[in-house]
Amino acid sequence: MSIEVKVPQLPESVADATLVNWHKSPGDSVARDENLVDLETDKVVLEVPAPAAGVLTEIKIESGATVTSGELLATLEPGEAAAAVAAPAASVKPEPQAAPEAAPAAAAPPATAASTENAGKLSPAVRRLLEEHDLDEAQIQGSGRGGRILKSDVVAFVDQRVQPAGDTEDLPVETVPAVGGARRDHRVPMNRLRARIAERMVEAQQTAAMLTTFNEVDLTEVIALRSRYKERFEKEHGVKLGFMSFFVRASLEALRRFPVVNASIEGSDIVYHEYYDIGIAVSSDRGLLVPVIRDVDAMGFAAIEKAIGTYGKKAREGAISMDELTGGTFTITNGGVFGSMLSTPILNPPQSAILGMHKIQERPMIVGGEVRARPIMYLALSYDHRIIDGREAVQFLVAIKDALEDPGRLLLQI
Amino acid sequence: MSRKFDVVVIGGGPAGYVGAIRAAQHGLSTACIDAWKNRDGSPAFGGTCLNAGCIPSKALLESSELYHRAKEEFKNHGIGVGSLSLDLDAMQARKRRITQQLSGGIDALFKANKVTGLYGHGRLLPDNKVRYTPHNGAEELLEAEHVILATGSSPIELPMVPYDGERIVDSWGALDFDAVPARLGVIGAGVIGLELGSVWARLGADVTIVEAMDDFLFMADAQIAREALRQFKKQGLDIRLGAKVSGSEITPDGVRLTYDDEQGGHEITVDKVIVAVGRRPYTEDLLDPLAGVDVDERGLIAVDEECRTTALNVWAVGDCVRGPMLAHKGSEEGVVVADLIAGEAAEMNYAVIPSIIYTAPEIAWVGKNEQELRAEGVNFKSGSFSFAASGRAKAMDHDAGLVKVLADAGTDQILGVHIVGPMAGELIGEAVVAMEFQASTEDLQRTIHGHPTLTEALHEAALSVDGRAIHAINR
Repeated sequence: MSIEVKVPQLPESVADATLVNWHKSPGDSVARDENLVDLETDKVVLEVPAPAAGVLTEIKIESGATVTSGELLATLEPGEAAAAVAAPAASVKPEPQAAPEAAPAAAAPPATAASTENAGKLSPAVRRLLEEHDLDEAQIQGSGRGGRILKSDVVAFVDQRVQPAGDTEDLPVETVPAVGGARRDHRVPMNRLRARIAERMVEAQQTAAMLTTFNEVDLTEVIALRSRYKERFEKEHGVKLGFMSFFVRASLEALRRFPVVNASIEGSDIVYHEYYDIGIAVSSDRGLLVPVIRDVDAMGFAAIEKAIGTYGKKAREGAISMDELTGGTFTITNGGVFGSMLSTPILNPPQSAILGMHKIQERPMIVGGEVRARPIMYLALSYDHRIIDGREAVQFLVAIKDALEDPGRLLLQI
Repeated sequence: MSRKFDVVVIGGGPAGYVGAIRAAQHGLSTACIDAWKNRDGSPAFGGTCLNAGCIPSKALLESSELYHRAKEEFKNHGIGVGSLSLDLDAMQARKRRITQQLSGGIDALFKANKVTGLYGHGRLLPDNKVRYTPHNGAEELLEAEHVILATGSSPIELPMVPYDGERIVDSWGALDFDAVPARLGVIGAGVIGLELGSVWARLGADVTIVEAMDDFLFMADAQIAREALRQFKKQGLDIRLGAKVSGSEITPDGVRLTYDDEQGGHEITVDKVIVAVGRRPYTEDLLDPLAGVDVDERGLIAVDEECRTTALNVWAVGDCVRGPMLAHKGSEEGVVVADLIAGEAAEMNYAVIPSIIYTAPEIAWVGKNEQELRAEGVNFKSGSFSFAASGRAKAMDHDAGLVKVLADAGTDQILGVHIVGPMAGELIGEAVVAMEFQASTEDLQRTIHGHPTLTEALHEAALSVDGRAIHAINR
């Protein structure tokens, strides 16, 4: 009895998904719960596991197609793996004197799965690259005839991943520059996530009256606190004491004091959220994701650090779930890890504000009338001026600054 | 009752006979009409290629090459041949035997595949009817579901140098000389002119080739063409570029040709003249005006990318349609059309057709050359390897020439391979396969090539693209 493999129920906010690539082909035996195919939505990539052990008999929907909840993806024959795979279409000779127009029915059509017939065939250069970068051929989309993976396909895949700047290998010795200033383009269609991010970026800018206010924070006290207690902290709580927990707690205090910064606009209403869900922007191979830490006000430093750590790991593995990305009343983004000194973050709709952290840089500051080297970070707060006034925005940021420059205030909530 | 066929092919050259055999292999009832007559009046399938082109020229190229080697090269090997003699009649007889065997072979293939071979003339009428006029016999009207036109091409005649079949001849005539001309003039330094000029030069003729274009072998990669020209000049071929023939005159002393170049007017007097300035599509008496088949201003039958003409179920392939005038191009088109008629998917890959010139050294190429890539603004990289560094070539005493590989600088995909040297025509096959598989240079680099072989030169040239040749200094 054939089992139907269908698209799982997609979350409410998601209309459809794109079928990215099949991990199994017709005729392959599959184990129960083994991942059959990846479906990509605006936010995450969903896996579709095999409902039972058996043999995949037929794939109904090809890579690149758009699917909706409940659609039939494939059929599975449960039980032991079948020994024979589907026989290739036999060549049938038409009758002599048969009209050639009728021949299409009689003559053997070429492999209908023409788009994947060369998928498994790897040339020497491709084999070398896959091994060097520890990749599986299933991860690469082949652009050659019949889906053959070309060297350039693997190279493009590798280049798209975040890579540290390294030596450029394989520099050709005799590169002949094009005469007449040729400009070569490399066209790659946006994946769903990227396209959705692009949409939301533009939406944010067009809907909100977005401004950014800046300030600087002297992190001497925070750094001193960290170095004094980091070992003890790690021993006690099993997680490193980073900067983020300080910023999250400081933001929380400021949000308490200026509730409109934690609010959002719905139609002509201002909705004040009586909870504090703070999103922490993390970057992944596929683009920017903002997983949300819920009810930050109920969390201590350790809990916050643990949550951030878990999300970071999940982002790298591409395992963040849809629920973890929705909601959020405020966002913190840190461009400092990439070296950004100062920036104007963009709002994460429907939130009304976003805090931008930057690089910590030793600067000469006047302390008690003298020039001292202090670790300074520039802070940026982008906000929606429709509901947040300039004064509130500035004071909000000053509140964060004050809390960080004198962490005791976080303790005393002043 | 007229005979009915699924497919009637008009023209039995490499495009026609191959297409006919393929169609028959699909189980379609097929007839192939061919009008060729040899000098003795006997008919033969195989077209220009088999009877007056590719095959006889290869036979004479081989014979003349051996003669030349015996005369000039054997002594290097310590082989003395005493006094060398040439029996041209025997050489020509061998050539004729070969062409006869091969055209007889086509007869056998037709019988085995149940293709009805028809010697005679075919003319396409409306509604896919074909009027077949046998060489001997009554006219017959054939009915066909599909008609494939494959009537090929014929040599272009120069009005100021008209053929007289004796002293001024076309390529067919040039193959049939019964004596080695003392002085031979060749008009046109293209593939045919070079090959024929080579044959008679090796057999002792004093050959002058007059070419109107300023560039030698303009369709080949410039670097390869330069190297080839150098080699031919070394062999004593007098090649004059930028020389436009203005007139000819039969004099008691021979044929006087006048030509103009940059410096002014010149004249040469030779015993025989071969006019090899190109070929034009041949559609004489083929198409009834009401048949609906369009022909363009150059005389080519108009076809789409699947070789369909403007008339329903009428196809055209080979030299009578657009594209390079190469036998293997015509043959593959014949196969593609037969497959399409049979309802299968089929397509031609015009980008990966090898071109071969059978001189010595041979010249062969596939894909784009350097000038083309520059003109298209492609960012490319190149590598090369000289046969002078090839052990095998040195052992053969034929180490002139080089292999050049052009690849996309970004994707590393092989864009073109160009060879001048021994067995270039055979070596290019590897490059054609690689390019059909859209291989990168690295794929060739990582493929083991036998040692010692000429193919290693292709391997090293591929390595040289990335500055990693082992047997040459990378610059």
